[in-house]
Amino acid sequence: MTTTHHLNEQMLLGYSAGVLPEAFNLVVASHLCLSDDARAMQCCYDALGGAVLNKCEKEKMSLNALSLTLQQIKTCPCDTQAPQICTGIFPEPLQKYVGDKPEALRWRSLGKGVRQAIIPTAKGATVRLLFVPAGQSVPDHGHRGTELTLVLQGVYVDHGNRYGRGDIEIATPKTTHHPIAETGQDCICLTATDAPLRFSRMLHRLLARLLRL
Amino acid sequence: MTRTTPLWEKPDAIAGVVTYAAGKPSRKDAKTLTDSASSEPNWSDLVIRVRDSQDTDAFALLFNHFAPMVKGFLMKSGADATFAEECAQDVMVTLWQKAAQFDPTRASAATWIFTIARNRRIDMFRRQNRPEPTDLPWGPEPEAEAADALALQQETRKLSAALDALPAKQKDIVKRAFYGELTHAELAEETGLPLGTIKSRIRLALDRLRAAMS
Repeated sequence: MTTTHHLNEQMLLGYSAGVLPEAFNLVVASHLCLSDDARAMQCCYDALGGAVLNKCEKEKMSLNALSLTLQQIKTCPCDTQAPQICTGIFPEPLQKYVGDKPEALRWRSLGKGVRQAIIPTAKGATVRLLFVPAGQSVPDHGHRGTELTLVLQGVYVDHGNRYGRGDIEIATPKTTHHPIAETGQDCICLTATDAPLRFSRMLHRLLARLLRL
Repeated sequence: MTRTTPLWEKPDAIAGVVTYAAGKPSRKDAKTLTDSASSEPNWSDLVIRVRDSQDTDAFALLFNHFAPMVKGFLMKSGADATFAEECAQDVMVTLWQKAAQFDPTRASAATWIFTIARNRRIDMFRRQNRPEPTDLPWGPEPEAEAADALALQQETRKLSAALDALPAKQKDIVKRAFYGELTHAELAEETGLPLGTIKSRIRLALDRLRAAMS
């Protein structure tokens, strides 16, 4: 079983290299807003990217490339907007997708008070918000792929590990987990998985059937 | 060795941009332009000059050094020469526009330019959003910034040397990952790179920032 409270190297490198699906990027970016330790680690991987860039062979630019670019910057204003530090339980990258109010989301019931809201992203992985009432367990779910879970509110316990706001759990296909929200506060998580979508599974089945014919 | 003529006053170093510099006050302190450890210009200082005083001479030096590199990087990532050149220009324009976000205590110039080029690549090849963490403002004390920035540059050089020293296979995986050739599932669990020291540097800078913000 591979579970952890932090991002692993694979995810950090993937995020820096820009090869993660959008759904994973959203969870990672949200996590970075909540943990300076993770943010510092992320900067290291970006520095690795900088080192790779530095070792790239230079390709000659056209003679007028610089003057064209100088003309362009003469007309484009510098971005001087001060960064806004967000309040509320949703980190800023997530707010860009769903706004800042959990109650304004279109939640769909999964039974026993557990609700989910799927956030539309590009293909490759899916991401959703999960609401689990205090003391309630998350319905059993297996995963075929990798699943990233970031806690935004409350605490859940899984196999004796406690996950609170800002903590991240990485589950692999081998992981069986039964997260239970602690009593006291409802738990809200942001969770992404790269398991195939239903559509592609159907297509797969259809193809399999056709091939047998 | 001390440089007597500041780089931006050498006509060959900034060919074609002299007209843009006309009438603009330029700093005469050559120390800010060159790194004592090498004969290369201090790229971070040049970005700071763009950031703090919209200095087009500094921008031209950055362009001549980094644009061909970014073009090479994007071609490695699968772009053809024309498209890569167009994107490299976009990346440099973004550097100009977003210079206010540059914090030399957390990223070297090359690191920061890499992140812009990477985002441009995601944009052009995958047409996806790229969620990013909230940007943090940079610290208010220029002196602390200069010392921290220098320390970070040293750590960045060490990291680069460590990358060179990796076994060929591991180095190849890291490079291919950054060229966007591997999916996240194909990435190695461990690169074995010593990231501890550079991390504590950046962590320190972040702690200072947080303290200044509160």
